[in-house]
Amino acid sequence: MSQPLTDLTMLELAAALAAGKVSSVEATRASLARIAQVDPKVRAFLRVDEEGALRAAEASDARRRASGPASPLEGVPLGLKDIFLTEGLETTCGSRILQGFVPPYDATVVRLLREAGLPLLGKLNMDEFAMGSSNESSAYFPTHNPWDLSRTPGGSSGGSAAAVAAREVFGALGTDTGGSIRQPAAHTNTVGLKPTYGRVSRFGVIAFASSLDQVGPMTRTVADAAALLQVIARHDPRDSTSAPLETPDYLADLEGGVHGLKLGVPREYFTDGMDPEVEASVRAALKEYERLGATLVDVSLPHTSHALATYYLLAPAEASSNLARYDGVRYGLRARDVRGLQELYGQTRGQGFGAEVKRRIMLGTYALSAGYYDAYYLRAQKVRTLIREDFTRAFQQVDAILSPTSPVPAFRLGEKVDDPLSMYLTDILTLPCNLAGLPGLSVPCGFTKAGLPVGLQVLGRPFDEAGVLRIGRAFEREHDFFRRTPPCP
Amino acid sequence: MPLSDFQPVIGLEVHAQLLTHSKIFCGCSTAFGAEPNHHTCPVCLGLPGVLPVLNQRVVEFAVRTGLALECTVKGTSVWSRKNYFYPDLPKGYQITQYDQPICEWGRLVIDTPAGEKVVRVRRIHMEEDAGKSVHDATASAGQSLVDLNRAGVPLLEIVSEPDLRDSDEAVEYLKSLRDVLMYLGVNDGNLEEGSFRCDANVSVMPKGSTVYGQRCELKNLNSFRFLKQAIEYEVARQVDVLESGGKVLQETRLWDVNKGVTRSMRSKEEAHDYRYFPEPDLPPLHVADALIEETRGALPELPRAKRQRFMSQYGLPAYDAKLLTAERPLADFFEACAPHAPDAKKLSNWFLGELSRLLKEEGTTVSSVRFTPTQLGELLGAVEQGTVSINAAKDVLGEMFRTGAAPANIIASKGLAQVSDVGAVEAVVDEVLAKSASEVEKYRAGKKNLYGFFVGQVMKAMKGKGNPTLVNELLKKKLGD
Repeated sequence: MSQPLTDLTMLELAAALAAGKVSSVEATRASLARIAQVDPKVRAFLRVDEEGALRAAEASDARRRASGPASPLEGVPLGLKDIFLTEGLETTCGSRILQGFVPPYDATVVRLLREAGLPLLGKLNMDEFAMGSSNESSAYFPTHNPWDLSRTPGGSSGGSAAAVAAREVFGALGTDTGGSIRQPAAHTNTVGLKPTYGRVSRFGVIAFASSLDQVGPMTRTVADAAALLQVIARHDPRDSTSAPLETPDYLADLEGGVHGLKLGVPREYFTDGMDPEVEASVRAALKEYERLGATLVDVSLPHTSHALATYYLLAPAEASSNLARYDGVRYGLRARDVRGLQELYGQTRGQGFGAEVKRRIMLGTYALSAGYYDAYYLRAQKVRTLIREDFTRAFQQVDAILSPTSPVPAFRLGEKVDDPLSMYLTDILTLPCNLAGLPGLSVPCGFTKAGLPVGLQVLGRPFDEAGVLRIGRAFEREHDFFRRTPPCP
Repeated sequence: MPLSDFQPVIGLEVHAQLLTHSKIFCGCSTAFGAEPNHHTCPVCLGLPGVLPVLNQRVVEFAVRTGLALECTVKGTSVWSRKNYFYPDLPKGYQITQYDQPICEWGRLVIDTPAGEKVVRVRRIHMEEDAGKSVHDATASAGQSLVDLNRAGVPLLEIVSEPDLRDSDEAVEYLKSLRDVLMYLGVNDGNLEEGSFRCDANVSVMPKGSTVYGQRCELKNLNSFRFLKQAIEYEVARQVDVLESGGKVLQETRLWDVNKGVTRSMRSKEEAHDYRYFPEPDLPPLHVADALIEETRGALPELPRAKRQRFMSQYGLPAYDAKLLTAERPLADFFEACAPHAPDAKKLSNWFLGELSRLLKEEGTTVSSVRFTPTQLGELLGAVEQGTVSINAAKDVLGEMFRTGAAPANIIASKGLAQVSDVGAVEAVVDEVLAKSASEVEKYRAGKKNLYGFFVGQVMKAMKGKGNPTLVNELLKKKLGD
């Protein structure tokens, strides 16, 4: 093979493994070597589990020899955002407060990956408790964008996106509460899919905002995303919000194309603040879809402008409650030299949480407080219903909705750290999808003149991941964006 | 105005632990008394990433209770989070039901000196219990310990309207409610272990007023006696406050068992803001009509109805009926025995007398009794027929209770049968009178207190087995009385 092993997509590697051209141990060693080579600059990993990954790779090779592969992705090494609980392997969620926390159990998705025979390379950096759009709120260090090390890879699954882009891993799992899979995918020329709320189990995934969080694949190609979704999309009796549905075959109709489809272009998603180069890339992609036989339909999602405010009431409200368990009593950080219970709480949480997390806990606590609940939380829930209805109406006219994933390309590290509102605004095109619980995909659709990746977002009907993937794949097939490797390091 | 010019107004909030085998949101055991933190798992420890899965049995118990208390069972109810920080609350919130509970608007009929009284039940909801903080000697200085065995044990909270008007009514309501829950098999009624707990909301208003006064919530009422004492103390305290020109403040007060007073625990200003909001990890709960109807059809006869039936069907006095129906197993056993007993009232006497004494003595319950209803019927029949004396029958019952042996065998093997044969008794009487000629003479001459002597001699000769009625009858005849 002329190209480096780590340049293979997941499905290419799976084929090579199946053909006996390469072993899982070799692939895992290649990833580990690549991590050693580039991660000192990219800083995608919080923890590399060399021993665990190699052990799993050996077991995978042995299984393949003895009884055949456990799944089509048997032996393909993967990375995990540090939000997934991994039995015996420290899990911090990017926070000081969970430093040293070694979970006694695996998240359902982690268990499914292990059962499918995928070696897990380690835990990837993220914004603390998934609160952020740049990986800069990680309590440990920021991750750098492999396409421009002075820029962020986006967030909160920035470590996962950067690791996939830099070929440190063949694929990764991320989570998406307001765009945390799609936005970093768009900023790193990778594919990110947020499945429909309820499609993938949240059990063992550290909660940020329970009614919005969803687990999804982060890969180099749409086909890889489909293959990885195939492994993790499963009804889970341990998650009461998990949908009791059969999992369709996501690869079956992947190459079905877009001929005859109606694709909606929401006028509210092409806003004034949008970067002209991003807009140009996305408009060109839209033209491409027309050429491929789809019809573009102008649609309106009238409540879009309220999505940001709605999200920043509901998500912090849920977070303020979800993060109450980090109190220093049972696990994680416990402040030293404290007197009394109040001081234990105050000091532990004061030292353990970073500024962005504290900001959101305060926002959420306020929104739920007696006397403010109706004006904030309850009203936000009502607007959330209106936003969901916008989509229901639009999907009566069209099969899917296309837009930019992010209005801007990756920004510079430090650029927005002191301006939370402008940071929040970069998620404006991804938030409504979470509020409506829909599936959303970001697929590479070009580069700015400065060489920064641009992402196209495809939103679909509830549980129509197959349709969203097929639309993404139709575009991907026409281009070689995913083949491009980042210039550095 | 004196105390008697004020009208107390009382409502009770009851927390009843449900008798499910596992906890409400995980599979851990609910058993009481294990090593601290033995019955725990990632879910009830509140580890990162865990999610609740509802125990269906809890819903069934809630529906059963709601129907027994004549509530409307809601087709849809909603789980909420009640947020507060405490070390024994692992997640930092309690999953409960708030503005949309599973049951609303029921009632419980109680007996008062003035007759029947309807107490309205405002709501019943399901929730998880918290763990226990331990501040006692097992902790070293400056430390507190937390035991999370109880965290996640299912509770029903049953809230009455403020329909109770004095401490006796409150106690009667609580006892009646406890009886109902125990009859339904949803709660063990144990106040001391805290599996049946009660808070009281108490206020006073001038008699004749329709406007309630400011209420205080009383906590730590873990016996019927404490409930009564705490309410009486609190009513007097509030009247004192009003009489001295003060205002009753809204607050939570703790019953101090040792001092016999209520004292302020937290004021309204210090009250928690629980920041309730719908639990996003659990969808709204839908209860199917089929479950409601099925449960309704399977409801057992409730204590009050059973008591009334015992009075009408068996002709028992109210006192007997109440005691016999206090616990379902005793009532069931009584009903099993009744067809075999010659007389229901006499059976009741044996139940409330000797059988209750034996159960208490052995510290056991009626379910562990070894004899059968037929055997008890045989024993009572033997007493009725004079085959065995009442005193001997008590011994026989004790033996049946311990060994389960048939009464006839016990009577035979212990030689407890009475001699009721006229000829046999008469022969002994004749013999005794012949031997005691001088005493017979004195008796006939008027020394009537010698009668006991004759009875004693006969009984002695018969080793105590002579049928006393027959002995008396023959002696009096022979002595010429």
